[in-house]
Amino acid sequence: MELNARIPSGPLEQKWDRHKFALKLVNPANKRKYTVIVVGSGLAGASAAASMGELGYQVRCFCFQDTPRRAHSIAAQGGINAAKNYQNDGDSIYRLFYDTVKGGDFRAREANVYRLAQVSVDIIDHCVAQGVPFAREYGGLLANRSFGGAQVSRTFYARGQTGQQLLLGAYSALERQIAGGTVAMFPRTEMLDLIVTEGRAVGIVTRDLVSGKVESHFADAVVLASGGYGNVFYLSTNAKGSNVTATYRAYKRGAAFANPCYTQIHPTCIPMSGDYQSKLTLMSESLRNDGRVWVPRAAGDKRAPGDIAEAERDYYLERKYPSFGNLCPRDIASRAAKEVCDEGRGVGETGLGVYLDFADSINRVGEDKIRERYGNLFDMYERITGENPYRVPMRIFPAVHYTMGGLWVDYNLMSTIPGLFVHGEANFSDHGANRLGASALMQGLADGYFVIPYTIGNYLAQVKPGSWRADSADAKAACVDATARVDRLLSINGTRTVDSFHRELGKIMWSDCGMARNQTGLAEALQRIPELRAEFWRSVRVLGRGEEFNQSLEKAGRVADFLEFGELMCRDALHREESCGGHFRTEHQTADGEARRDDDQFCYVGAWEYRGDDRAPVLHKEPLVFENVKLATRSYK
Amino acid sequence: MRITLKVWRQSGPHATGRFETYQADQVSPDMSFLEMMDVVNEDLIGKGKEPIAFDHDCREGICGMCSMVINGMPHGPHRATTTCQLHMRSFKDGDRVTVEPFRARAFPVLRDLAVDRSSLDRVMQAGGFIGVATGNAPEANAAPIAKDAVDRAMDAAQCIGCGACVAACPNASAMLFTAAKVSHLGLLPQGQPERYRRVLGMVGQMDIEGFGGCTNFGECQEACPKEIGVWTIARLNGDFLKGSLTARGDKRGGGDAA
Repeated sequence: MELNARIPSGPLEQKWDRHKFALKLVNPANKRKYTVIVVGSGLAGASAAASMGELGYQVRCFCFQDTPRRAHSIAAQGGINAAKNYQNDGDSIYRLFYDTVKGGDFRAREANVYRLAQVSVDIIDHCVAQGVPFAREYGGLLANRSFGGAQVSRTFYARGQTGQQLLLGAYSALERQIAGGTVAMFPRTEMLDLIVTEGRAVGIVTRDLVSGKVESHFADAVVLASGGYGNVFYLSTNAKGSNVTATYRAYKRGAAFANPCYTQIHPTCIPMSGDYQSKLTLMSESLRNDGRVWVPRAAGDKRAPGDIAEAERDYYLERKYPSFGNLCPRDIASRAAKEVCDEGRGVGETGLGVYLDFADSINRVGEDKIRERYGNLFDMYERITGENPYRVPMRIFPAVHYTMGGLWVDYNLMSTIPGLFVHGEANFSDHGANRLGASALMQGLADGYFVIPYTIGNYLAQVKPGSWRADSADAKAACVDATARVDRLLSINGTRTVDSFHRELGKIMWSDCGMARNQTGLAEALQRIPELRAEFWRSVRVLGRGEEFNQSLEKAGRVADFLEFGELMCRDALHREESCGGHFRTEHQTADGEARRDDDQFCYVGAWEYRGDDRAPVLHKEPLVFENVKLATRSYK
Repeated sequence: MRITLKVWRQSGPHATGRFETYQADQVSPDMSFLEMMDVVNEDLIGKGKEPIAFDHDCREGICGMCSMVINGMPHGPHRATTTCQLHMRSFKDGDRVTVEPFRARAFPVLRDLAVDRSSLDRVMQAGGFIGVATGNAPEANAAPIAKDAVDRAMDAAQCIGCGACVAACPNASAMLFTAAKVSHLGLLPQGQPERYRRVLGMVGQMDIEGFGGCTNFGECQEACPKEIGVWTIARLNGDFLKGSLTARGDKRGGGDAA
């Protein structure tokens, strides 16, 4: 397997423009002869499907939800970054590029990140034209807020529902194309496998979640925009349906999986309350603009927060990172919270929580202003916890939120399988080992609106339209395999529910491949996961039939893939003998507990190639070359 | 807490449904309503009975997928709260709780509590967009928009497309859903060129889908988890009237995208 990133030559600032000119084109009359499948309808999928439909390609878009508008991008709260420099505070495309490379702990590809920063400004223009109601100042111009990991204000937002408004923009563009006949939409349809014939991706196998029908769909190219794999931890801020199946199945058909161990633990989530817990709820990072994080100075101090005097509080982020304070990047804020809880200074009943206190801000700007900024988040917090955050500090704790790893892609966003493109959270490309806040929305839309419309043409111009063979042995085998898998899940009829396996896997992943990892824990996980997987295939109980609406069956298929994928994550985490971004190996830290990178040995993208169920995957390395940014130890102090 | 649940069970769109009673013991007040349903389902699977099908995804009140009528109210008794954000502390030990799907002719039941709401997508296809293809946009700050107008547009744009307004309406009208989109786009300068085509197209499609007409009950506003007000319906009616009087040709508007 060759990892050719196809990074264009020339100066960083000119790579994308030069590349766009070098890319081959499909003439307008020929575009309608090509079919493209898009899997997923979140920001990355809906924007891609809509934009390709506008160009005249025949698009078939699939999502497992009942309508494309429900994809989990909808839940993103805080905002979207763009290098507009509207605030006159020193922002630029280069600074956004630099902040993203640094925030990613120097584990992302320079050229991709620079392009992302370049197109960020076009995204804002386009979304405003679509009618996205971004927040504005009284003068009528767009407002910005600051976000972690940056010292400029470049985040655009729509109250605490930025992801919703951006997704509804992309969704409305998609619906417009559906009405125009260029996009055929398949909701409640799940991808079960990728069809690869003669070395090219030419289709997918799907299951209709209402009728249960398993069938094949063919196309000249396939775009996966199926999101991240955070639900391998069972508890995460992801939607319940978010899963790894589409990308993992593509991996098993030959697409390299890059950096699976890079996961982002978000510092501001509502702490867990009991064993029945089904998901964790994020409180936007933007709250750290006005909230101060603290714990009691003394371990075991169980007094109510109001009874703890100022001198007995430890505002540990402000103490440890004076220049960024409460706005240090997510990985650093999360680890710092874990550290104080490990010292016994955590708050709340479980001791797994820290305070996020708005009292100072309420005194400074007034309760009304805080309500205007975060009202919906405060309401949500109160509904979930029964506590009023205007009166008592919020309790927060880190939770799995985003996965930087994903299918390996080149500069054109094409995977190691020709014809298979990967977008958004499903790919690995732009965030390195840690994503900065408000950058996921930017990347999803960049990929879909401004990258794929160019790069897909370059690929399609080199293949004859409709040149797949629906009756090829590979195509038939993929469909037969998928059906057999469904039948097998239904035939076990064991004693344990799907959820019980998922929870158990999640506990293993959280304790051994979560916020802090080490050799012993990972080795143990690598032993326990295969055992759990064997037990799953021996004793899972999935009731009902395949040819019907069957939610247990849907879950079972997804959990079966998580049970394999978790192993790949641990393997990747074990091999990466350094700490970087969201990947913290306890063996590799400085005396004051900060991550210690090893650029001599690990300055590369680790991409895994599947070699069979009973053989270990093979690691391939794409060296990361930094020609513009100097490799440095991240400091937010 | 102990809760007695009376739940609608229906094996498919054409099957006859019925209520079944289940006992949920050991319910914690900190559980969400859906977590309580998860526990009931785990118990059912343990007994070899098929679990209750229900739609849900984000479980944080924004995706709009959860859709239960709880004790006769879409999304249950709490104001401005989706089913997934409703917590069991809103109920008392020993309560009897009835759970049904969102009911409307335009929302056929797929199974148990899950319904097909694709009719709302088709209403969107009939004009719920601004016709701007990628790459055409002018500079975002070129045209200032008054903060009040954007704030008002945002109030309407918050719609999560759950369909509670339809389930609450005695006529099963989708007027609030449609009016929210018409108002969101109609309040912004970008939405003006298609303003009247949009409203005629979307209202026309609403009729085709079998949603009822609006007779100003206002139940929709009470049920809306995002507190979208009937002021949007007043706006829609104004636009519809003006559009009808000035329309030329195709009343379905909207749908000629490509």
